[in-house]
Amino acid sequence: MTSGRIKRIALPHLVGLAFFLIWEVAVQFYEVPQFLLPAPSRILEALADNFASLMSALWVTLRITVLAFALAVVGGVALAVVFSQSRTVETALFPFAVILQVTPVVAIAPLVLIWVGFDNVNLALLILAWIVAFFPILSNTTLGLRSVDHHLMELFTLYGASRWQRLWSLQLPASLPHILGGMKISGGLALIGAVVAEFVAGSGSGTGLAWRIIEAGNRLQVPTMFAALLLLSALGIAIFFSLSVLEHIVLSRWHESAIDREK
Amino acid sequence: MSTSSATSLVQLSHVTKSFEDGRDVVTDINIDIAQGSFVSLVGPSGCGKSTLLRMLAGLLQPTKGDILWLGSDHARPADLGFVFQDATLLPWASVSENVYLPLKLKEITREAAEPDIDAALERVGLGDAAAKLPHELSGGMAMRVSIARALVTEPPVLLMDEPFAALDELSREKLDDDLLTLWRELGWTVIFVTHSVYESVYLSERILVMGTDGDAAGKPGRIVADLPIDAPYPRGLAFRQCQSYFGHCRTVSSALRGETS
Ligand SMILES: Nc1ncnc2c1ncn2[C@@H]1O[C@H](COP(=O)(O)OP(=O)(O)O)[C@@H](O)[C@H]1O
Ligand SMILES: [Mg+2]
Repeated sequence: MTSGRIKRIALPHLVGLAFFLIWEVAVQFYEVPQFLLPAPSRILEALADNFASLMSALWVTLRITVLAFALAVVGGVALAVVFSQSRTVETALFPFAVILQVTPVVAIAPLVLIWVGFDNVNLALLILAWIVAFFPILSNTTLGLRSVDHHLMELFTLYGASRWQRLWSLQLPASLPHILGGMKISGGLALIGAVVAEFVAGSGSGTGLAWRIIEAGNRLQVPTMFAALLLLSALGIAIFFSLSVLEHIVLSRWHESAIDREK
Repeated sequence: MSTSSATSLVQLSHVTKSFEDGRDVVTDINIDIAQGSFVSLVGPSGCGKSTLLRMLAGLLQPTKGDILWLGSDHARPADLGFVFQDATLLPWASVSENVYLPLKLKEITREAAEPDIDAALERVGLGDAAAKLPHELSGGMAMRVSIARALVTEPPVLLMDEPFAALDELSREKLDDDLLTLWRELGWTVIFVTHSVYESVYLSERILVMGTDGDAAGKPGRIVADLPIDAPYPRGLAFRQCQSYFGHCRTVSSALRGETS
């Protein structure tokens, strides 16, 4: 491991550790009441005390996030492919995708809830998270499919490639950097979508982390709120990290952004 | 044109191309290219060389005039090699996968294509680079892959659009020599676009000089001179240094400048 790499990993950890230490000391020293700002040690305690219920909440949120994300990837790439095959379809539909994107999900949530029925909250959460996660995939893939080197496109024309061959052997692989970039944005948004939707729509059959936060807030169990918050951050970090690793694995062989060059 | 049609591979008569804005890019091109010949197109940039080559390749249709290929239906040969100025390789695919591409698009299996891929790589001197990725290649090697890809289908005609323009002088001379060797071995017709007078004289049997009327940009390009280079092959360093070579270069240069010789 190079010293630069050690630095890159160690430095943020040290800063984080220092931050929590100062927090801990400051709370103890000034005797801040725990319903305002609990000390990190108190938050860990709350996490341990409510471990089972917090983990099941984490699982609920994770499931909705991952499912919404997966559907967003499939749907976004599929729609972008349709757009790339027909300018007419793209011109006709793209504005609606934009409208879906710019309308705040908080504002659509009650409507979606009414449409799918109050006994179907899980589905409503899934739809709302999907709406938020979908657009970056669609717009990035559309851009990627459109930015393929035009000489390569001509080469495929010269060799009489079919649409399918062109898509599969050229456009999709060439768009991978864009698609993966979109996935990194969309993964985080899926989590935000799932949480915001749960805040607005309430929880379904199982209780997610967002609802745990509201619940704990109502009872002034601020340490538990923080514990749930901690789990949400950890989940977000894990999603981003997994997608970065995926990106590196897929692109490291050939793409400028991921090739290790000796400096 | 005086070339007899019996040996001609493609004939262009009164070919004109205008783009959407209605401006003619090339106008009234009349040429007849003999089978098996090595023809260069020389001209200043923007005079329409690429446009002409892309019409020959069937990537563009002429606005006016006809392009007639040898053969019953006068259509462009199904197999046609095209080499761009940049190597234009798939960056995620290995050298051998890149060379396989034209065969893959014809739905020939990799196993069946393997001997052809190996032979093509062998011909351009890249026998041991098959597993490399494009970003691991030098500019000259990437260009060689591009040529291997163009010849893997054994096309009767190879169109090249300023293929070595981005390379350093030495790699370029080496590739020029290797291209001539391949041409003589394989019996292709090569149509070679370049803006280098020296390169065109060194390589070709015949040089078509393109130009525009007057200096003003935006005037359509046309063929202003059709010059035979009668030096025998094989050509080598000796040819690059002999009097007749410089004589040809002077003739082409003055044709480029619009002087009548
Ligand atoms: N698709 C196009 N639409 C409009 N104009 C074009 C197009 N392609 C080329 N041109 C114009 O045609 C002229 C000749 O271009 P080109 O054939 O590329 O010249 P050369 O290869 O000799 O440099 C240029 O002025 C260029 O701007
Ligand atoms: Mg050009």
